[in-house]
Amino acid sequence: MRFTFKTSYEQDIALAKHGGHRLWYGLLIAALLIAPLLLPEYWLAQLSFVLIYSIVGLGLMLLAGFTGQVSIGHAAFMGVGAYAQAYLTNHGIPFFVALAIGMTLSAAVGVIVGAPALRVKGIYLGIATLSFGFIVEEVFARWEDVTGGNAGLSVKPPEIFGLTLDTDSSFYYLCLGLCVIVTLGVLNLLRAPTGRAFVAIRDSEISAQSMGINLARYKGLAFAISAAVAGIAGALYAHKMRFISPDQFSLIQSIDLLLLVVVGGLGFVHGAFLGAIFLITLPQLIALGKDYLPDAIGGAAGLQAVIYGIVLVAFVLFEPLGLYGRWLKIRTWFQMFPFYRKGMFKRQKSFTKSDRLK
Amino acid sequence: MSDVTLKNDAPLLSARDLQVRFGGVLAVNQVSFDVKRGEIFTLIGPNGAGKTTVFNLISRFYVPTAGTLEFDGVLLNKVSPYRVAELGIARTFQNIELFEYATVLQNLLIGGHVHRKTGFLADLFHTPKVRQAEVDAREEAEKVIEFLDLQPYRDTLVAGLPYGIRKVVELARALCTRPKLLLLDEPSSGLNVEETDGMAFWIQDIKNELGITVLMVEHDMSLVSKVSDRVLAMNQGETLALGSPREVQSDPRVIEAYLGSAEDMSFLRRPEPFVRKGS
Amino acid sequence: MQVLQLLVSGIAQGCIYGLIALGFVLIYKATETVSFVQGDLMMLGAFIGLVVMTMLGFPFWLAIVSSMLAMGIFGLFIERLVIRPILGQPQFTVVMLTIGVAYIIRGLITMIPVIGSETNSLPVPYKDQVIAAGGLLLSLEHLVIIAATAVLCAVLYAVFRFTTVGIAMQASSQNQLAAYYMGIPVQKLNGLVWALSAAVAAVAGLLLAPITFVHVNMGFIGLKAFPAAVVGGFGSLPGAIVGGLIIGIVESLSGFYLPTGFKDIAPYIVVLLMLWFKPNGLFGEKLRKKV
Repeated sequence: MRFTFKTSYEQDIALAKHGGHRLWYGLLIAALLIAPLLLPEYWLAQLSFVLIYSIVGLGLMLLAGFTGQVSIGHAAFMGVGAYAQAYLTNHGIPFFVALAIGMTLSAAVGVIVGAPALRVKGIYLGIATLSFGFIVEEVFARWEDVTGGNAGLSVKPPEIFGLTLDTDSSFYYLCLGLCVIVTLGVLNLLRAPTGRAFVAIRDSEISAQSMGINLARYKGLAFAISAAVAGIAGALYAHKMRFISPDQFSLIQSIDLLLLVVVGGLGFVHGAFLGAIFLITLPQLIALGKDYLPDAIGGAAGLQAVIYGIVLVAFVLFEPLGLYGRWLKIRTWFQMFPFYRKGMFKRQKSFTKSDRLK
Repeated sequence: MSDVTLKNDAPLLSARDLQVRFGGVLAVNQVSFDVKRGEIFTLIGPNGAGKTTVFNLISRFYVPTAGTLEFDGVLLNKVSPYRVAELGIARTFQNIELFEYATVLQNLLIGGHVHRKTGFLADLFHTPKVRQAEVDAREEAEKVIEFLDLQPYRDTLVAGLPYGIRKVVELARALCTRPKLLLLDEPSSGLNVEETDGMAFWIQDIKNELGITVLMVEHDMSLVSKVSDRVLAMNQGETLALGSPREVQSDPRVIEAYLGSAEDMSFLRRPEPFVRKGS
Repeated sequence: MQVLQLLVSGIAQGCIYGLIALGFVLIYKATETVSFVQGDLMMLGAFIGLVVMTMLGFPFWLAIVSSMLAMGIFGLFIERLVIRPILGQPQFTVVMLTIGVAYIIRGLITMIPVIGSETNSLPVPYKDQVIAAGGLLLSLEHLVIIAATAVLCAVLYAVFRFTTVGIAMQASSQNQLAAYYMGIPVQKLNGLVWALSAAVAAVAGLLLAPITFVHVNMGFIGLKAFPAAVVGGFGSLPGAIVGGLIIGIVESLSGFYLPTGFKDIAPYIVVLLMLWFKPNGLFGEKLRKKV
């Protein structure tokens, strides 16, 4: 591991811990800023999707990766944000006001969905969130006055201070701006008592309580923030697609989001971004690779499902720390060359810790 | 760190007729004791005596079926578990309950949670107040790190640490709550002789330098004799004897509880060995 | 009259949910793993039955036996290859793993020419037959489901109560480490548990086939089995069946008496109510950590 020599408390608290950090992240920001000038339209649109999914990925990562709460119905929160944004902007409400209302609504739904977390854990919470996901999807389909039901709802492009952002690059900058804000927000939370309380709840609820952490309050907060962030992503998603319908926020999408965080790396902020990149590029890669496969396999409808499944299984079996974990291992290998030891990142193999008794 | 002991005569913690029933079993039965400010009070007793149950009652993980617990003038009967730290009680756990995937420093910072000065909105925007509070929190944590010699492990993930160090980290984390009363659950279990000696010195320093009252559960009798001011012996949920370490350890009822009486052992005695005459 | 009719179909549907929930609970009791792949195992079992009946001309009873056997072996295979390596990992990861396996199974089935992408009919001997009893028109398909479930439960009960293997499974589910010390081959038993769950799922698939037809998305019904397991209490085998029956009946009645759309989410509302008021289910265990 690179040894960061810390000389002040500020350095420990700061986001960029040393010169190398500042350099690389600086270059990244610069590259993202000039992307519209370099990338063809199609790829710019894909990059916007990556940013949107990074936002919701950050929310889910905060909830599942950092607070340890299972959420199998997360697409529902995106849906709430999307429908709120669509409905409000269609009725003339300014973009940011609508966004604020949508976030609040998502957060409220998040608190309700998270209420079972106060009483049950692990798989029970997963089933509760799964159930809520189905219920919310059904509400979208039935509440036709507001959501247009199964027929769907069309959405106008975003209008900010009189400017209509209907070009790819203007919309891209909107996504980039919001993504940066959300990322900073999450990073700020994680380096403060609130974020540490989340991690405490993840690792040991009993000692968290002994340290004075109010479980109900912090779990509720985690769900609320995570849902609000998903709501932001949903709002952007609605504007991008220009049309939303209930089946875009169903179980399949929720599992996609879980795929995002697991493949990206559960417990790492970078994981949200890597997972988003993965989720958006995988269909492209499959489409490209189809030509090389024999017709029977390549042309089949189930190919995407099989590949998704294989990727998920492979990551869980061989790389539980996700893409970011793999990157960490590679980076450490280079940093410590030739002293890298094979077992450095090995998780201690212990007897299955009973979840019933956690 | 907490104030140096006010020479207040009222006991810091007082238990009266505590009773806890699990199904048909009385895990704790009519237990009463007082812990004076600034003393080191130890609970001893064979396994299953109810010592950790008493701790869990104080931490409010269990609710007593009868009896009262009073801490520093506050009745604990209606307090939620997470408010116990606010009141000034910290504890360590028999089977270590650290935050495995966080560094030692982060564990200690979480220990200081009750003293945080900012709410989640301020945290979100990383206001200057948050920044200052973070620096202060780290300074406080550093004092504890120095006290317990944890400097080499500051940025190590707890999951990779050896057992002996983890026990010290648990102690450090409890100290970061800046408690008035520290509950130590078997601080020497799993430690070798040198580590136990080190623990004894630290417990004495906690009392003398930091002025924290200590309530301890312990099996290692030499540690008990070395540091305790008073000892309470328990067996099967009931109190047996209360007094100085020497008094309690020589009390016949206590000895019987640990070792059993002569009659209990008779059925194990072998028949007389056959001895040949003249050899 | 109408109510009785609804009850019967609700009970029949509930039996299916109960069988799948039984599979979950078996696996959960043995290894504390939650398997999201039960529904798709059911679908696979139905497809196997379809293939052997339509292409190999097997009679129905033989199709059941061969499907159960094939799925049993498949269950062993999944356990060995995919589940065993990740023992010790947090529950969430294992759940994701089973979701991945479910995707693979669904995808592969879709790729099978012709039958994979269509809705197929299973030629069971009692198809579309009804019995008139006391003014009611009862579908034989429903009755067969109920009867078969009852028989299966009785057999499983006997196995767990009276055979060495069954008792060993119970022991290993309560305390793995102790079971190892007693010489019980825990890992082999885990494989057996998966095999058993898969076989039970196969039966559920074959019983369900006449009603829903055999198609690749049959497995989504398996999601409704989760509410069944929760209602019954995740660690209880009889609870799984009872939970299934309750969910089936609730669904059937709400389909008739409540506005459209409620039928699909009724089970989930029941789950939420259950988790709020009685988190451990009707027969579940209440355990807390000893610190």
